[in-house]
Amino acid sequence: MDIHEYQAKKILSNFGVTIPRGGIVYSPENAENKAREIGGSRWVVKAQIHSGARGKAGGIIVCNTPLEVAQATDKLLGKKLVTNQTGPEGKIVNRIYIEEATDIEKELYLGLVFDRSSESIMVVASTEGGMSVEEISKEKPETIIRSKIEVAVGMQNFQARELAFGLGIEPDLIRRASDTIIGCYKAFSELDATMVEVNPLVISKQKQILALDCKMSFDNNAMFRRSQVSELRDKTQEDSKEIFASDRGLNYVSLDGNIGNIINGAGLAMASMDMIKLAGGAPANFLDVGGGATPEKIVKAFKLVTMDEKVKVILVNIFAGINRCDWVAEGIVDALKKIEIKVPLVIRLAGTNVEKGNKILKESKINYIEANTLEDAANKAVAALNK
Amino acid sequence: MTVLVDKNSKIIIQGFTGKMGSFHADEMIKYGSNVVGGVTPGKGGSKHLDLPVFNTVKDAVNETGADASILFVPPAFAADSAMEAADAGIKICVAIVDGIPSHDMIRIKRYMRRYTKSSKMTLVGPNCAGIISPGKSMLGIMPGHIYKEGRVGIISRSGTLGYEAAQQLKNLNIGVSTSVGIGGDPINGSSFRDIIEKFETDDETDAILMIGEIGGPQEVAAGEFAKENMKKPVIAYIAGLTAPKGRVMGHAGAIVSAYGESAIEKVEILKECGITISKNPSVMGDTVKSVIEKM
Repeated sequence: MDIHEYQAKKILSNFGVTIPRGGIVYSPENAENKAREIGGSRWVVKAQIHSGARGKAGGIIVCNTPLEVAQATDKLLGKKLVTNQTGPEGKIVNRIYIEEATDIEKELYLGLVFDRSSESIMVVASTEGGMSVEEISKEKPETIIRSKIEVAVGMQNFQARELAFGLGIEPDLIRRASDTIIGCYKAFSELDATMVEVNPLVISKQKQILALDCKMSFDNNAMFRRSQVSELRDKTQEDSKEIFASDRGLNYVSLDGNIGNIINGAGLAMASMDMIKLAGGAPANFLDVGGGATPEKIVKAFKLVTMDEKVKVILVNIFAGINRCDWVAEGIVDALKKIEIKVPLVIRLAGTNVEKGNKILKESKINYIEANTLEDAANKAVAALNK
Repeated sequence: MTVLVDKNSKIIIQGFTGKMGSFHADEMIKYGSNVVGGVTPGKGGSKHLDLPVFNTVKDAVNETGADASILFVPPAFAADSAMEAADAGIKICVAIVDGIPSHDMIRIKRYMRRYTKSSKMTLVGPNCAGIISPGKSMLGIMPGHIYKEGRVGIISRSGTLGYEAAQQLKNLNIGVSTSVGIGGDPINGSSFRDIIEKFETDDETDAILMIGEIGGPQEVAAGEFAKENMKKPVIAYIAGLTAPKGRVMGHAGAIVSAYGESAIEKVEILKECGITISKNPSVMGDTVKSVIEKM
């Protein structure tokens, strides 16, 4: 789960990280007042969407008067911002963060991630803040320093100090920098984060160390014990079909093609998508109804796939184990009584009681194309598309 | 030797009296697995499915001599249960449960460092289908009848894709020595490399089929291990050619976030390691067959 910049900053400030003064607004009128309340003579108006690279997309505007702040807010609110991370459809701006402008002396990069090789938390830092970590590793890899944290004992002061000195921070500020790094680590480990990225972490002309921008992601599997974090979810930033799916226990990812998929198991779903591509087609979605493929989930899956107007063919591929093909087939027949399918339907069943399952499908009055293997299913789906 | 489980493995079910635990315990017993009891804290002393229920894993081990366990506890309690099994002297533990927080998985793995290599429990999963040695024992939730007895080892992150492979092999009259589902999570108890190493020393296995997917470094690590250390042939299929970068594809671990984690990159690296690639998921069985025939 992702959260907004302003939410991430609030969290970090609770862990002792300094952030510029700021506040969230939902209207231009409030924006003007908020700017006066924050004080100072320059402000930054920042569109809150779940994406980086907002600056390049015009989502961050520097203003010199409260009136300009209101105008900038008016310009951004309700707009769809397209960045290189949002996809062409962009993301809607419903919240604006107003922040006092910072006199930047130096921009640094600080990121914390799970390192899957060492199965620990890795802190990554660089003197080249403001660039994405991908750009830094491509263009200035020599500036990257890393520190692997032993999670059983947490981050130690010396590790934070090494990073701070490694970033070339002046001696008077080392203590503050170490506290900032440790604060980020604590937020990561205590809140079940999967990513904390402060980019840039800045040293101001007034010698403050500030988190100027921040992204945080959290482990969905841990949200049962992080109610304060899960409350921060903003569904307006997510694909509506993906929300429909996750609310119903389905794993769904919207894609660009026109062959809709209903499959049990994530691996089999990816494999079926691969077969569609090899057959010359393109999948409209990834959809895993779960290894069990219960009839209820199959009904929900048909609803979801038929919501997508791109879909011109539906491919169902179920490998039934414990759940048996006859049971799955009954689920499909039942689903098709409730939902009208206007596009060709290809069904491939495999596994336990496959003959019984196929018999049930044939004897029902549903209109479908039977397939026997993965390859057969993909070929028939692509052929149905071209008819 | 059979990889991880055999006829003599004494199995307990953690989360025995729950719906999932009861259902799959029954399936395992029907398959012929030697299930000796189960653990549900607070229900010790009672009987379930005609088998004894214990309050703690230690009690179960002391009373039954259990050496294998399978977890059907909810994700919030799974880490605790896995560590309890390790501490009680269980040798092999399969965590079926999907949804264990990653921070908990790291904690489990750190906890297990307190044991020496010889006394350390092997943890398989979470979010996996488990282990089956056809005709001998099933410590998992797979449909046992799709596996023919034989001499090919299977390791798969995905459950259903592992079934698909077993079925393709069976249709070609090729059997399986042991099939291990290592699960779809980013941090898991046993990696491809851990299991592939066990297959190399298993005298009942001639060749290994590794079914990977996008995300993470494990397939490549196994490939590099195989190149340096293995004599048995390895065949691999990597799912997710069409998966977009940066999106989680169902399995929490199936996300491309670094170089070498996409399907195409993994295939290229594995080829360089001398591994035979099944070019699509429909020919996993045929690819294994052609490799075995050349042996």
